Amino acid sequence: MFLRPAFRLVKDGTSFHFMRGRFAGVILSAIISSISVVLFFTPGLNYGIDFKGGIVMEVRTPAPADFNAIRAALTSAGLHEPQVQRFGTEQDVAIHLEAQPTEAGTQQVVAKVRDALDKSQPGSKIMRTDAVGASVSAELFEDGMLALGLSLLMILLYIWFRFEWQFAVGAVVTLILDVTKAIGFLALTRFDFDLVMVGAILTVIGYSTNDKVVVYDRMRENLRKYKSMPLRELIDLSINETLNRTLGTSMTLFLASLPLALFGGSSLSGFAWTMLFGIVVGTASSIFIAAPILLFLGEKQLRREAQPVANKTA
Amino acid sequence: MMYFSRLKTALVLGACLLGALLCLPNAFTAPVSWLPWHSIHLGLDLRGGSYLLLEVDMASVIKERLDSVADASRTALRTAKIDRYVVTPDAANKRIMVRLADASQIDAARAAIAPLGVNANNLNDFDYTADGSTLTATLSLPGLKERATQAVVQSIEIVRRRIDETGVVDPLISRQGDSRIIVQLPGVEDPNRIKQLLGKTARMTFRLTDETANTAAPVAPPGVDFLPLENTAGQKIAVRRRVEVDGANLTDARAGQNSQNGEWVVNFTFDSIGTRRFADVSTKNVGHAFAIVLDDKVISAPVIREPITAGRGQISGRFDAASATDLSVLLRAGALPAPLTVVEERSVGPELGADSIKAGAIALAAGLFFVMAYMGVFYGLFGWFANIALMFNLILMMAILSLFEATLTLPGMAGILLTLGMAVDANILINERIREEQSHGRTALSSMEHGFQRAFATIVDSNATAFLAHVMLFFFGAGPVRGFAVTITVGIVTSLFTATMLTRLFMVRWFIKRRPQVLPV
Repeated sequence: MFLRPAFRLVKDGTSFHFMRGRFAGVILSAIISSISVVLFFTPGLNYGIDFKGGIVMEVRTPAPADFNAIRAALTSAGLHEPQVQRFGTEQDVAIHLEAQPTEAGTQQVVAKVRDALDKSQPGSKIMRTDAVGASVSAELFEDGMLALGLSLLMILLYIWFRFEWQFAVGAVVTLILDVTKAIGFLALTRFDFDLVMVGAILTVIGYSTNDKVVVYDRMRENLRKYKSMPLRELIDLSINETLNRTLGTSMTLFLASLPLALFGGSSLSGFAWTMLFGIVVGTASSIFIAAPILLFLGEKQLRREAQPVANKTA
Repeated sequence: MMYFSRLKTALVLGACLLGALLCLPNAFTAPVSWLPWHSIHLGLDLRGGSYLLLEVDMASVIKERLDSVADASRTALRTAKIDRYVVTPDAANKRIMVRLADASQIDAARAAIAPLGVNANNLNDFDYTADGSTLTATLSLPGLKERATQAVVQSIEIVRRRIDETGVVDPLISRQGDSRIIVQLPGVEDPNRIKQLLGKTARMTFRLTDETANTAAPVAPPGVDFLPLENTAGQKIAVRRRVEVDGANLTDARAGQNSQNGEWVVNFTFDSIGTRRFADVSTKNVGHAFAIVLDDKVISAPVIREPITAGRGQISGRFDAASATDLSVLLRAGALPAPLTVVEERSVGPELGADSIKAGAIALAAGLFFVMAYMGVFYGLFGWFANIALMFNLILMMAILSLFEATLTLPGMAGILLTLGMAVDANILINERIREEQSHGRTALSSMEHGFQRAFATIVDSNATAFLAHVMLFFFGAGPVRGFAVTITVGIVTSLFTATMLTRLFMVRWFIKRRPQVLPV
C-alpha cells in the first residue's frame, strides 16, 4: 500500500466506445435539463433570506420545544404567519418570517420575536438572528447573479483564448446543461438558494470546466499525434486515456465534500449536497456531452484548425 | 525539469518552513512585542457576534441641507434688501425655489444666495437657474455626492463613539458604498442595546416655548412646532423653531441622581460658546419655560428660575438608570447627521459559533483523511508524496491567510476542504501521465520528466478557470461567501506550488537515492 498503487479505478488498455452512446447521452441530458427549467418556474427555487429578504431566528429552548406554544406566542404578538420548524435536536427551533415592506418594519419584527420569546419561553436562547431587508436582498441577488454571469463569461473567454472555438462552444453548451441541472436539483431538494449556494454553483462550474479542459487537452494532443485516425475513434481514445484521471479527481473531490454534507451542520449541508450532485453531473457531462459536441461539430472543422499547429510542432 | 539545484531545493524547503512559521501566531501569543505576529481572524459566524448593516437616510440629509440653506437664504435676501420674496425648499426635487416680487432683482438675489451653497472644498453644491421672477437652486450630482460622503463619514465617527461607550471589544466599523455603514461587533450576541443607541439621531436642542400658543389648534403658528412630550402620551408642547443652544455645544454629559429626590438625571456641561449663549438666553427669559428637545420630542420643559451662567445644567425627565445612562452616552458621542436604519442584521451566539467550528473541523479532518487514503491506495508512494505536499498546502494556505489577517468564515472552511480535494488533481494528472509515459516504454527518469512537463500545461489551464470563477465571486459576493472565495483562490495558488514543485522535489530526492528501474505508479 505504501509503495505500489493497490488498486486502479480503470484497467489499462480499457477502451469503452463512449461515442456509441453519444445520442443517448445528449438526449438524456437535454431531457433532464428541460425538466430542470420547468422546475425552475414551478415550483421554483426556494430563495434564502439573502435573496428574498426576511428573518430567520434560531432558538434553543431549555426543554424540548413546544412548537404550538411558540407559534401561538408569536401570533399573539401580532406577527403574520410565523413559520416555526424544528431543526437539529428537539430543543432547536427555527423561526422564519417574511420581510416587511420597510427596513424599519423588519427590525421591529425582530424586536417583537425577541420579546415574545422572552415572555412565553423563559430560558430560551436566541442562537442566531438573520434579518435582511428588502432593498439589501435585491442587491445581494443582483450581485450574486452578476458573479455567476461574469464567471461564466470569464471561463468562456479563457477557453476561447486557449483552445479552438469548437472546444469553447462544447464547453459552454455543456456548462449550461450542467448549471440548469444544478438549478433543477435545488428546486427539487428545496435547499435555500442563497449566496453560499451561488458559491457552490460556481465551484461546480469551475470544477466541471476543469474536467473538460483536461479531456480537451488530450484530444488536442491526439489530433496532432494521430493525423489519420477518425475523429470518433480519437475522441473515444482520448476519453479512455484520461478516464482514470477524470474519475480519480471526481472521487477525491467527492470524498472531500461528503463529510461536509454529513457533518457540516445545517448551513453547509445544502451547499455540500449541491457540490456532490454537481461533481457527478460534471463528470458525466465531460464524457457524454462535451466530447460528442465536438464530434457533431465535425472532423473537417477540427482537423483544419489543428493542422497548422501540428505542422509547426512536428 | 527534474534537476534541482541546491539553491532551488533550499528555496522550496525554505518557503515551506516560512509557511510553517507564519502559522505559529494562530496557536501562540507573541513572545516578544517587536515580532510581526499576524493571525487569522475568525468570522462572526464562527466566534459569535453581530453584524449590522446601517443605511444613512439620504432623504433626510438632503432635506436638512435644503432647509438650512433655505433658512440662510431668507436672512441673506433680507440683508441684501430684496423687496418681497418667498423661499420654498422642495426636498422631492432636491431644490430650493425663490420667488421674487420684482423680477429685476433676480441677479441681486442670486448674488446674495450663491455663497451659501459653497461647501468645504470651495465648490458650490447647487446649480442656479433663473426663470422670470423665479430663481431655482438645484442640488447638483457632485453636490449630492459630497453631502452623502460627508454624512456617512460623520456618521461613522459618531457610531464609533457611541459603540466605544458601550465597552464592546474590537468593534469594526467601515463604510460600504455611498450610503452604508458596516458595524461588526464580536462577542455581542444580542445587538438590541446597540441598535437602540444607533437608532437615535440624538440631536438635542434648547429652545424657548411659546406659552401663548394653543396646542389644541390644528396647525402650529409660524415659527412654532407642536412637539410631543416624552413619556407622556398625548401631551404636546408649543416650541419655537429657533434653536437657542445646540447639543453640539456640550462638552460632557453624565448620568447621576438628583441629591434631593433621588431621581435619575443627566448632568451636562456646555463649552464656552454654549455657556455664553445659554447665559444670554436664560438671563433674558427668567420666569419663562424652555424646552430640551431630543429628536423632535420634548424631554422636559422646565421654567427658568434664575439666569444660568456657569454653563452647567441638569436634565430630568422621568429617567431610570438605564435611560439616563443611554442619554448621557448619546449626548457625549454627539448627534448623527441623519437617522440610521438597520437594513441587514446577522447575529450568532457564541455557542452556535463553537458548534460551527466543531462541525467544520470534523468535516475538514474527515475530508482530509478520505482524500489522503484515496491517494495512498490508488497511487502508492507517489500518492504519499502528494499527501505530504497536501499537508504543506494546508500550512501555506493558513500562512497566507494569517499574513493578510484574513477572516475565516464557515463557508471559508468549506473552501479549504474543497481546495484540498482539488489540489490533488494536479498530482493525479502528473501520476497518470508518468504512468502512461512509462507504459510507452520510456525510462523511469524520462517518464517522470515528460510526465511533469506534459501535465503542467493542463494543470495551469484547469486551475485558471476555477481561479477566475472565484475571483469574480470575491468581487461580487458579500459577507461569509467572500471568505469562501478567498480560501479557494489562495488554495489554488498554493496548490500549484505544492503539487508541482514540492512533490517533484520529493520524487527527485527519492529517485536519486534509490535509482529504480521502474517507477511504482
